[in-house]
Amino acid sequence: NMGGEMWVVLIIAALFLNCRFSDGISRNSAWTERISGSAGDVLEDNPVGKLRVYVYELPSKYNKKILQKDGRCLTHMFASEIFMHQFLLSSPVRTLNPEEADWFYTPVYTTCDLAPNGLPLPFKSPRMMRSAIQLISTRWPYWNRTEGGDHFFLVPHDFGACFHYQEEKAIQRGILPLLQRATLVQTFGQRNHVCLNQGSITIPPYAPPEKMESHLIPPDTPRSIFVYFRGLFYDENNDPEGGYYARGARASIWENFKNNPLFDISTDRPSTYYEDMQRSIFCLCPLGWAPWSPRLVEAVVFGCIPVIIADEIVLPFADAISWEQIGVFVAEKDVPYLDAILTSVPVEVVLRKQRLLANPSMKQSMLFPQPARPGDAFHQILNGLARKLPHDPKIFLRNDEHVLNWTAGPTSDLKPW
Amino acid sequence: MKQLTALQQQGRRSNSFRNLSESSADAVIKSPATIFWLLLHGLCCLISLVLGFRFSRLVFFLLVSGASTPSTNTALYSSIRTKSPSSSPERNVSSASRVMAGRHGILIRPWPHPDPAEVMKAHRIINRVQMEQRSQFGIKNPKTLIAVTPTYVRTFQTLHLIGVMHSLMNVPYDLVWIVVEAGGPTNETASLIAKSGLKTVHIGFEGSMPVSWEDRHRFESRMRVHALRMVREKRLDGIVVFLDDSNMHSLEFFDEVQNTNWIGAVSVGILAHSGGFEEVESSKIHGEDNAKYDKRSQVPVQGPACNSSSHFVGWHTLNSEPFVERSAKYVGDRGFVLPRKLEWAGFALNSRLVWAEGGADKPSWAKEWDGFGDDMETPLSLLKDTTVVEPLGSCGQRVLVWWLRVEARADSKFPPRWIIESPLSITVAAKRTPWPDSPPELPSSSSSSSSSSSSSSVKKESVVPDNVDKNPTKTRRKRSSRSSRR
Repeated sequence: NMGGEMWVVLIIAALFLNCRFSDGISRNSAWTERISGSAGDVLEDNPVGKLRVYVYELPSKYNKKILQKDGRCLTHMFASEIFMHQFLLSSPVRTLNPEEADWFYTPVYTTCDLAPNGLPLPFKSPRMMRSAIQLISTRWPYWNRTEGGDHFFLVPHDFGACFHYQEEKAIQRGILPLLQRATLVQTFGQRNHVCLNQGSITIPPYAPPEKMESHLIPPDTPRSIFVYFRGLFYDENNDPEGGYYARGARASIWENFKNNPLFDISTDRPSTYYEDMQRSIFCLCPLGWAPWSPRLVEAVVFGCIPVIIADEIVLPFADAISWEQIGVFVAEKDVPYLDAILTSVPVEVVLRKQRLLANPSMKQSMLFPQPARPGDAFHQILNGLARKLPHDPKIFLRNDEHVLNWTAGPTSDLKPW
Repeated sequence: MKQLTALQQQGRRSNSFRNLSESSADAVIKSPATIFWLLLHGLCCLISLVLGFRFSRLVFFLLVSGASTPSTNTALYSSIRTKSPSSSPERNVSSASRVMAGRHGILIRPWPHPDPAEVMKAHRIINRVQMEQRSQFGIKNPKTLIAVTPTYVRTFQTLHLIGVMHSLMNVPYDLVWIVVEAGGPTNETASLIAKSGLKTVHIGFEGSMPVSWEDRHRFESRMRVHALRMVREKRLDGIVVFLDDSNMHSLEFFDEVQNTNWIGAVSVGILAHSGGFEEVESSKIHGEDNAKYDKRSQVPVQGPACNSSSHFVGWHTLNSEPFVERSAKYVGDRGFVLPRKLEWAGFALNSRLVWAEGGADKPSWAKEWDGFGDDMETPLSLLKDTTVVEPLGSCGQRVLVWWLRVEARADSKFPPRWIIESPLSITVAAKRTPWPDSPPELPSSSSSSSSSSSSSSVKKESVVPDNVDKNPTKTRRKRSSRSSRR
């Protein structure tokens, strides 16, 4: 008899679990949609309790002093490295006991050396990173244990840890040799590219949440712009002939659609930029000098379907967000037929994408708000790190094993910082 | 040294010569090789200034790429107009990637202009998205609107009815338009409303529209009651609104009346002071008016009034006493037309209020239909207790309807359906020789001028002031006489 009851309980439990984890699209309310199943639910995971992060205490010359020199580091699109540090310092996942830590974080602001025009100069970044790693490897034993296998770094610059703004140069350099085994949290993502390691976590670029939220307009304002884009098509300073910048894709957009009334595209950025995005159905997110751009974040926050024109790009949190269902991907060679592609998207698909974008957890996951909110990009980074646990025992090296070559790389990198 | 760092900071993206400059950025360089490169760079800069593109790149590519194929060269020279991506000599990526860094061509399709079929498809998508937005954020479960319009055939009918028609055509809800015509349905009116594409009900009402405004207001009320009788008989379900044909309704009016439960009231702007207000103003200055006239309270609005806690407490109407003497008595008079205390146009009724027994749960304060006769001055006569009126439009703060009466004289003529059937008589011959000296005849108030007024639709009717010299001997220049035709 006891056995029979047990079976009944087990069957009920099995059915319950089955329903809980079954794939499918669930509709919360009439106008937002969640992709449930392996991908969608993950956005709402709470990382607290799943991992422990130890934050190295580096001398302030690696972080605070650099920030003091130029406050623009807090507002430009690479500010995620600074905000992540601040978040981790006061987060419940932080542990002060390195012995029980699963991940180790090194707060070094490599993207804060700004030129007068505000763009970060990457020339000193490799040396800075090397110096930081030398410091942690001598002062603490945890780096040498795994040679960085359980360490993560934030490298939000154009081509991540390749530390250069120009793609050919970045490819030549490759990822900094000392970071080969570490987990890199970066904004750059392109498949089969030297500057994207397996196991890296792609994050969105920083876009100021308060500024965007202060420009919201009533949701019943009708969306009357079909395609919207504001930005450069030709980079006059660095590539006046065109064809180099954005692999010619942006120039192609301009030449093909400058006369098209459906395309509201131009180079000047009006004060109503955010409001206009909320009145548009499609927002173009073409590549620039690097494939990623804050336009993707803006499009998601403002409910405008992103049209991603960047071949082989890896989008933020690609293992948690199903970008195929949310955005429209257009190959660079198909740009001349962009109008045909966009008008041939069936209306139901357009409406569905808008419903998915209206999901608040989708918007939260793209932002770095101060103070942190549940489900925001900080938490998604932690979720990503938690998903990589437990560590593969192979990353732990024996005492005599040395994998990294400390003298690899261009000779200028080896100079002390 | 300074020049090199300056170069670095000016243009972020590399110049071919920066390959060398970076590695030696920190050291002090004075070797002849560097000076040579600097001079060469300067020379190339000058040439680029002249030619208009970066010459140095071109030279570098031609020197370095040994197997320079013609396609590479053409790509560099005509990169604006190529149709295929060029191969770049600086390809350094792994072969696994299909994406190549370097220079690509700019792809332009043969006819880079909008395709009308695509534009139509895009507009359909936009329409559908906006519909979806409206259904999500706008009114849920919109009710049918029943619009009641009393009308009759006269000169201004076309103007007024087209205005109402176009407003109704823009309403996004289901609509039934009941047009009540004095004297029975005519083809004139029927042809007008047929163009709307709306669901219309054209009924007639016995009797002709009176000439005095007093009687006309009363007649219109009877026409509206006649329409309500039809709503009752046919048990039409929805919200009844009263659209007089000369009024103007904003589209927000139609959205706002959807919030009506049983009987709602909106604020109506009264545009009665047409052409006569200045007289009143000047007379006030002369102190003719009575002491009760207070300019501050002359907000030309009729509507519900609320107290500070947004409860309906009463009505705000226009004090028309100072204007009564100067008001128009007959249709087509000069002077302004005064409204009554509360116009029908400001009310919206749930149609179930007029239904017979057996309809939905009518509230207790609703009177039964039968005891009215035809005399209903306002829909408030349907209520036993007038405090149940729901104020709409932010408690009467937003004016959503404007009441206006503009009519020609009762005996004014116009071509039926505004189509000029018979050929017009010639008043001014079209010749190349100078126009006749006499100015066009003044339209007199007698009906004999009707033919001239219809023929003057060809040339503009100008009001010639009295003191113009009509002496035909006075020569006129061609230009000035032609100005009357403009």
